[in-house]
Amino acid sequence: MDGMAGTSSKLTWAVHISAVLLVALWLFPTVGLLVSSFRTADQISSSGWWASVFSSEQRTVIRTVDPDDFRIEENSAFAVTGDLFAADEEKEVIAWGTSSREVEAYAPGDLVDLGDGESITVDSEGTYSWKGNEEQLSGRGKRVFATVVSPPDFTTDNYERVLFSGDSTDGMAKTFFNTLTVTIPATIIPIVIAAFAAYALAWMQFPGRAILIASVVGLLVVPLQLALIPLLQFHNNIGIGKGYLGTWMAHTGFGLPLAVYLLRNYMVGLPRDIIENAKVDGATDFQIFTKIIIPLSFPAMASFAIFQFLWTWNDLLVARVFLIDATGETTVMTNQIVELLGTRGGNWEILATAAFVSIAVPLIVFFTMQRYLVRGLLAGSVK
Amino acid sequence: MADIKLTDVNKIYGGKVHVLKDINLDIEKGELIVFVGPSGCGKSTLLRMIAGLETITSGRLEIDHEHVNDVPPAQRGIAMVFQSYALYPHMTVRENMSFALKLAKKSPQEITESVDRAARILQLEPFLDRLPKALSGGQRQRVAIGRSIVRDPKVYLFDEPLSNLDAALRVATRIEIAQLKEQMPDSTMIYVTHDQVEAMTLADRIVVLTVGEGIGQVGNPLQLYERPENEFVAQFIGSPAMNLLPGKIIATGKQTTVRIAGGGVAVSDAPSKSSDENLKVNVGVRPEDFSETKGDYIFEGEVDIVEALGEVTQLYFKAQKGGDPIIGKLAGIHSGLRGETVRLTAEPNKVQVFHEGKSLYYR
Ligand SMILES: Nc1ncnc2c1ncn2[C@@H]1O[C@H](COP(=O)(O)OP(=O)(O)OP(=O)(O)O)[C@@H](O)[C@H]1O
Ligand SMILES: [Mg+2]
Repeated sequence: MDGMAGTSSKLTWAVHISAVLLVALWLFPTVGLLVSSFRTADQISSSGWWASVFSSEQRTVIRTVDPDDFRIEENSAFAVTGDLFAADEEKEVIAWGTSSREVEAYAPGDLVDLGDGESITVDSEGTYSWKGNEEQLSGRGKRVFATVVSPPDFTTDNYERVLFSGDSTDGMAKTFFNTLTVTIPATIIPIVIAAFAAYALAWMQFPGRAILIASVVGLLVVPLQLALIPLLQFHNNIGIGKGYLGTWMAHTGFGLPLAVYLLRNYMVGLPRDIIENAKVDGATDFQIFTKIIIPLSFPAMASFAIFQFLWTWNDLLVARVFLIDATGETTVMTNQIVELLGTRGGNWEILATAAFVSIAVPLIVFFTMQRYLVRGLLAGSVK
Repeated sequence: MADIKLTDVNKIYGGKVHVLKDINLDIEKGELIVFVGPSGCGKSTLLRMIAGLETITSGRLEIDHEHVNDVPPAQRGIAMVFQSYALYPHMTVRENMSFALKLAKKSPQEITESVDRAARILQLEPFLDRLPKALSGGQRQRVAIGRSIVRDPKVYLFDEPLSNLDAALRVATRIEIAQLKEQMPDSTMIYVTHDQVEAMTLADRIVVLTVGEGIGQVGNPLQLYERPENEFVAQFIGSPAMNLLPGKIIATGKQTTVRIAGGGVAVSDAPSKSSDENLKVNVGVRPEDFSETKGDYIFEGEVDIVEALGEVTQLYFKAQKGGDPIIGKLAGIHSGLRGETVRLTAEPNKVQVFHEGKSLYYR
């Protein structure tokens, strides 16, 4: 027994560790994308996203303002004061120097004598004060070598640009709604049709039922690429052409075999007694379907909805074939991202933001629906 | 509130599995009929045919003098309680009980009234707003019964309603069902069970089904116990099963005398004709009808095992070649019988005689 207990606790550990690994594997790139989408192009190219969530230390060289323009005369001595940083920057100087050989020579607040009465001081907020005679304070501004700690710095500029700029090369807003227009009906229509079909295939007696079930299984393995061109021709012939209607129909058609198969298998597993009891209670087939089968099949429908939603959301192929025309009015997000890769190949911040916009909705869908995947709906019904 | 009449009802699955054969049965209004029989004999099938959930291959089913072979379940005025309860898992107890009434378009007030009444009868009031998963097995069972009560059906059908309950709860629920029946003297109930105690205590009449041979016997419980029509029923009713001893008739008349193969002589109250002499028969005696004797005996044998249960002592005798062991059940405590040779006899009216499986009492 001891051995058994040992094995099972080891097993538990293995399960836990792999769960943690999987979570990390998923989380690392996702969080990376999210963080990157809030950074500027410079930040992305100078450091990894993981560095940006902590304060960073940097050495910089900053010139004071030009003494010829800004010096102030006081009792025949001159002074230049100012701030190393812009007003809204929350950086902190932890060391500074005046020559490239000793960049960390002084602490903030030190008053440094530069000889002949010339002096300079820099405090931790970056304000400096440089004093000397007329000759010393002339020409170019003085160079200050500062070691600066800057807090995490994020910007929403990328999102503003991608979502609200209305710019047709970078803008995702329109394509976002186009994708939604494709996805929502393309998810709902097949579920509705498949639910009816699955109930009939699972619980109603009619000739040819077995053949129908077999052909549904057969259709599962037919690659959709086979049907693309004939279907498009068909759409053109019946006058639908390229457009949302054709895309919905295509997605519905391609999604139906899996939907019918999944839902039928689930519905067949519902306890026969419950359905027969409903029959004795006086329910018609339609009432059994709406009042018993649909509520009990919710987990299966939710899991198919997640699949279908993700697949239509991320779809490029079907959209390219059936939807996107020369006007570009109906471009979907996936297509937009592909185009961005061409036009904005180096602009990681735009790409990251666009990518995150496109995965945000699937994430929300998944996290709101996933409880249906794990909830045991049948508990307490039989035995 | 209805009588049910089955005439030559047959059920054949897939054209070859003949499950129920020539079932003829008249169930009167207000009766509680129990179907018993070995597993797989078609009890559930027969019940489901009456409910309309299974088609009738041939024959005629009437409920309330109406031919209902092709009437859908909902219009037969029946309610069924399934072995697995079959509660709707996504509905509360109240919703479960009102489902059928809602479908029947009853007014909300009416629905509330009947649900409340049923809940009161079955003591389900505290649970009305719970989901089935938050109920114990016994409570679920009561909900299933309550669901049928609210519909006020003509006929109640129960398919092994207590088989999922533990022994104590089973007794309690059995008594509840008996009380329920008393409160509704007009409703007809058909009850399928494996449990003999349930059958004997609840039934007005018991229907014993055989495997593939139709009905073994219909009768009130004591009739089945005292005067089984055939060997099948004799051995099915009662526990341990009735002993069967092969023999030959040696004297006929108002009483029948049989010489048992092992040497004993049995006298039975079953009548026989003079032409029956030398007929090969089986003598049936229930273990509890045996008593010890020093004189004439029906059976003599060496005791193999003794089971002392306190109120009774069960004696197992070595099996005769090819037969089941003979069992005797003697009242009280008898110790030290193991290995002894014991002689057993029984009253003539407790002795059955079967020729080719049929009892001589029923010729
Ligand atoms: N669809 C079917 N096709 C073929 N045979 C079937 C079918 N359904 C049931 N049977 C057979 O019919 C017989 C009767 O089944 P039924 O369920 O009525 O038995 P039962 O008496 O209720 O048994 P139990 O006491 O175990 O519940 C069984 O032998 C079973 O194998
Ligand atoms: Mg059964």
